[in-house]
Amino acid sequence: MMRVVRGFYSVAYSVKLCKPNVICAYPITPQTEIVERLAEMYANGELENCEYVTAESEFGAASILVGASAAGARTFTATCSQGLILMSEVLWNAAGMRLPIVLVNTNRSLSAPLSIWNDHQDSMAMRDAGIIQVYVENNQEVHDMIPQAFKIAEDRRVMLPFMVCMDGYKLTHAYEPVDLLSQELVDSFLPPYDPPIKLTTKNPLTFGSYATPDYYMEFRVAMHNAMERARRVMEEVFREWAEVSGRDWGGHITNSQEAETYVIAMGSLVGLVRDVVEELRKDGKSVGLIKLRTFRPFPAKELRKALKDANKVIIFERSLSLGSEPPVTLDVKSAIQKMDVDVYSLVVGLGGRDVPREVVKRNIEDVLDGKTEPGLHFEAKQFEEVIV
Amino acid sequence: MKAFGSGHGACPGCGLPIAVKNVLESVAPCFVVNSTGCLEIISSQYGKSAWGVPYIHSLFENAAAVAAGIEVALKALGRTDEGPIVVFAGDGATADIGIGMLSGMFDRRHNVLYVCLDNEAYQNTGNQQSGLTPTGCYTTTTPSGKMLPGKLGPKKDMVAIALAHKVPYVATASVAFPRDIRRKAKRALDFDGPKYLQIHSPCVTGWGIEGRQAIPIARLAVETGLYPILEYEYGKLVRVRKIKQRKPVEEYLKLQKRYRHLLKHPRGYEIMEELQRIADENAMKFGLDV
Repeated sequence: MMRVVRGFYSVAYSVKLCKPNVICAYPITPQTEIVERLAEMYANGELENCEYVTAESEFGAASILVGASAAGARTFTATCSQGLILMSEVLWNAAGMRLPIVLVNTNRSLSAPLSIWNDHQDSMAMRDAGIIQVYVENNQEVHDMIPQAFKIAEDRRVMLPFMVCMDGYKLTHAYEPVDLLSQELVDSFLPPYDPPIKLTTKNPLTFGSYATPDYYMEFRVAMHNAMERARRVMEEVFREWAEVSGRDWGGHITNSQEAETYVIAMGSLVGLVRDVVEELRKDGKSVGLIKLRTFRPFPAKELRKALKDANKVIIFERSLSLGSEPPVTLDVKSAIQKMDVDVYSLVVGLGGRDVPREVVKRNIEDVLDGKTEPGLHFEAKQFEEVIV
Repeated sequence: MKAFGSGHGACPGCGLPIAVKNVLESVAPCFVVNSTGCLEIISSQYGKSAWGVPYIHSLFENAAAVAAGIEVALKALGRTDEGPIVVFAGDGATADIGIGMLSGMFDRRHNVLYVCLDNEAYQNTGNQQSGLTPTGCYTTTTPSGKMLPGKLGPKKDMVAIALAHKVPYVATASVAFPRDIRRKAKRALDFDGPKYLQIHSPCVTGWGIEGRQAIPIARLAVETGLYPILEYEYGKLVRVRKIKQRKPVEEYLKLQKRYRHLLKHPRGYEIMEELQRIADENAMKFGLDV
């Protein structure tokens, strides 16, 4: 059913169709309206076999989901920014306990300075937690991604938390036509959650043991192996989704054009970059788009394949790793270390700074024309620093 | 298998296994949520769990929230008949780092029995002060020195904090009186919503006592009026453990290394007077004297 809805409704409606047992969150801008819509559905009795809990903090929300997930419930939360990093201790713990909590992160910058606007610094800060991360381009993709997220996270070969990253405001508050899924389609695609182990008095098990140095490493390696297995599981689920829904969003990355220079983008910026790339190609420029969908597990093999005939790659970064290179750049460089490709890392749009068409175009053209050196560049103003 | 089996790693004389076994005897089969701390470390090593009930340890500060999560999950899944949910958390996890989440659990009225095992400091890591460390107590972070006579300021009143949340059942107990623990754990389950039970439990290493002294010293804490044994139902004090002949606090203090500096410190007398005043006030406020 095609309807014009805002991003948060697209999320909330999809979550409802996935029949979670426990939804728990703490409001934070710009996630709030996702949980408000879910709270409304709960108040109206539209969520069957489901408890909705407003926690006293994001830390509490994630902790409640740890208990609920361990007891065998399908669990959902949404957060971002300060809320996500407040959750971080719990999320590392949830990943270690192999609890397939699904969360939507409405990407927002981190304080200080305080900013409620969009970039990717929050989710990137969770890079090493053992959480699957997928970035969506629009509100149809996030709507479609949520059932897939549950299916992948809850797959017995995986059993890890899954974070769907959608750009705050740019997607959450945007009106877009979205083909809302039917309950029948989601039911046929997503089986009920059946965990291999759970807390039950019928078979008492100990969760959250501490491990001596004799065992700790093996547990962490097991998580790494699960993340590696997730690559295959995700591909299977992505393909299955394309079949049942008729919408093929591609694999871990998508790229269809042949080019000498590729531009890597994530999230809501993809649409604009795609437009600019198409315009430049019409002008005869050898440039192509790579949409990076999966960030963890990182699709190194896919990128190597996509870049095998390229000589330049531009990465539009929406985050920083202060004192090093931004996270996507580091991973791309690691993936292509033996290839002869120059890497241009262009940091744009932090803290909600608009990234207009002409900025994207100029940055790409400058690289194509050899005006930009390989390396790290900031699309930022001159600024008089007080502490120098 | 027993709800809490032998072979755990507690020190001889530790109060925690006494408290845990007596609670579980009254409420098992049940779900146990445990904060990081002494109990978790002595009972949950990978491959050597002492627990015969479903048990989860997540983090230091979130046991109340994890328990709340289990409660709502069982409700959503139609499995509330599997048994009650019990939290065992230390005094630091309860009164300090986890107090926000405990408040949230109380506030949302989750059907959870929260048991605070009060050994009056962070004993798992070697006796650092917590909000439930009493006045004048030596800990490694409130040492006595030329300037300071141990911890300044009072023990945090968690009973009042629980009552302020309108928790329907709030009680204190002591490992010196195990039958009372069993009765209270059982009684707590008669109430819908959150339940708070705080059990005084000696730590032989942190308090500087012999294992065999643990129970007599725990008893003295009650008999001096320093640790009143109380029971509230719907905010009303329904029962206290009466004291036949209340003993001076000095009898309790002098047996423990954690208070011994008070006998020599220039401010020691002042602190001991303050502790006696607290005991007298407890006796008056709760009607402890026979």
